[in-house]
Amino acid sequence: MRAIGTLAHRLAILVYIAFALFPLFWLVKVSVTPNDLLYSEGIRLWPSRTTFEHFRFVLAHSDFPLFFRNSLIVSLATAFAATTLAGFAGYALSRFAFRGKLTVSGLLLVTQMFPLVMLVAPIFKLLSPLGLTNSLTGLVVVYVAFNVPFACFLMQSFFDGIPRDLEEAAMIDGASRFGAFRQIILPLTLPGIAATVGFVFTAAWSEMIFALMLISSNEKATFPVGLLSFVSKFSVDFGQMMAAGVLALIPACLFFLLIQRYLVQGLTAGAVKG
Amino acid sequence: MTPAPRRPFLQRLGDRAEPWLYSAPALIVITAVMLVPLVVGISYAFRDVQILNPFSGGFVGLDHFRALAGDKAFRVALVNTFWWTVLTVLIQLLFGLILALLLDTPFRGRGIAQALVFLPWAVPTFLTGLNWAWLFNPTIGPLPHWLHALGLLAEPSNILSDPNLALWGPITAAVWWGIPFFAITLLAALQSIPSDLYEAAAIDGANPFQRFWSITLPFLAPVIAITVLLRTVWVANFTDLIIVMTGGGPADRTQTVASYIFTQAFKRLDFGYASAISLVLLFLLLAYALIILLLRQRLIDRDK
Repeated sequence: MRAIGTLAHRLAILVYIAFALFPLFWLVKVSVTPNDLLYSEGIRLWPSRTTFEHFRFVLAHSDFPLFFRNSLIVSLATAFAATTLAGFAGYALSRFAFRGKLTVSGLLLVTQMFPLVMLVAPIFKLLSPLGLTNSLTGLVVVYVAFNVPFACFLMQSFFDGIPRDLEEAAMIDGASRFGAFRQIILPLTLPGIAATVGFVFTAAWSEMIFALMLISSNEKATFPVGLLSFVSKFSVDFGQMMAAGVLALIPACLFFLLIQRYLVQGLTAGAVKG
Repeated sequence: MTPAPRRPFLQRLGDRAEPWLYSAPALIVITAVMLVPLVVGISYAFRDVQILNPFSGGFVGLDHFRALAGDKAFRVALVNTFWWTVLTVLIQLLFGLILALLLDTPFRGRGIAQALVFLPWAVPTFLTGLNWAWLFNPTIGPLPHWLHALGLLAEPSNILSDPNLALWGPITAAVWWGIPFFAITLLAALQSIPSDLYEAAAIDGANPFQRFWSITLPFLAPVIAITVLLRTVWVANFTDLIIVMTGGGPADRTQTVASYIFTQAFKRLDFGYASAISLVLLFLLLAYALIILLLRQRLIDRDK
């Protein structure tokens, strides 16, 4: 009886793993399938021959390296700017009791609840005269604002985990509060900062709606914009599309490995966001 | 007792201002990029704002809302939003809960298994959408052939172009992508249940099902409630998968209110109408939040 239970448990886990990995496996499979086998061996689990031709083409003869670079710039800039702003604000929320604190927390929470898609039109209209449409800077500004509230909650939870006595001792020894923050608290929060950077990076790398709306030229396209326009233009080049898809997966997976340990904390802090 | 000597005014002002100095940069960015556009967007709902029409911009009163009342596509979108949200959240919850329970028992290789089943959460949503669209495509993906072999589809066709089944495409992708979120949240809650409760129940001779029913579930209930309530709002607003996989088609059968807003703004460049729909969506969400708050109050009153 017990053995059957254990077996059923392991089997169920395996089914979940298979379900989680299968779509990604299929992505990789098609990306290495030669064009002449694409349809004849359409539903075989692995092609009889494999090729890296699609990757070669995508890397050498398409705009994907450019899209990749644009996305990398936008995501890194967003991650560092949002984490910096959130670090300060999260510190204030964690360490000070001040009038208006509840309002600030409430404001941050509300920004997580209303549908961002309703900002698509007004943000386009407001950024346009500033020259921030079709610009990577514009995207960064928008993404920073969208990610700061969530990053604040995350940083606040990391600061809450560090005892107050530490900076109080430093302040008694004559350090200013900012000095204590910079020299004592920040180094201790480094793992938390790295996790926040990872979360925001992943969010910015995935963002599509505002990128589609704000970016209009190929030179400024981020990865989702480039991939979607490629798909609508060359919708028969499945091998190349999926090779490009595999490229989009790489940085997200790297950051996932980095932030895995903090997943629970991140998801509870950003329960509203995901 | 004499009152403590008052500190100089400037110092007190400095102390007061300190938390605000730390939080000001974040608050300024949020105000400029989220709150100001929110207010401006609400004003668009009463104006004629079309990017392609240079003569637009005038005040039109409630015209957009009158048009909306007679807009059949909008009514379809309301119904779709309901099914999309309810089905996605419930299926995610069901499979997320099972996964959390499976991962709560220690076994060899649990760390690796956990990392693998949580991986979909890290996949960018646009790629999730494309990936599942390809899997449902009979020329390149296996799913139509498998569903046909199981007798679920009369022929290996693409369900994304079938008006009656299309919504299941984005729902499947959303479930695949969202199970980890529920599993992680519920797993954290499961691990906070004191283990002596289970030990006591085992001594009293409770079977596993009784233990689940009278210990695990009551402990999880508040977490499940909060997660479901918040996720419902999030999923209702989540448009990426629908836009990538079906674009709202075929014949608006997968169009939700949120994706309809995007279609109006992005494809028709009719910002006024898009903002009017946004305002309706905002009211619906507020009504939802209000109902939840009232329900909660009722439950608390009943417990007293």
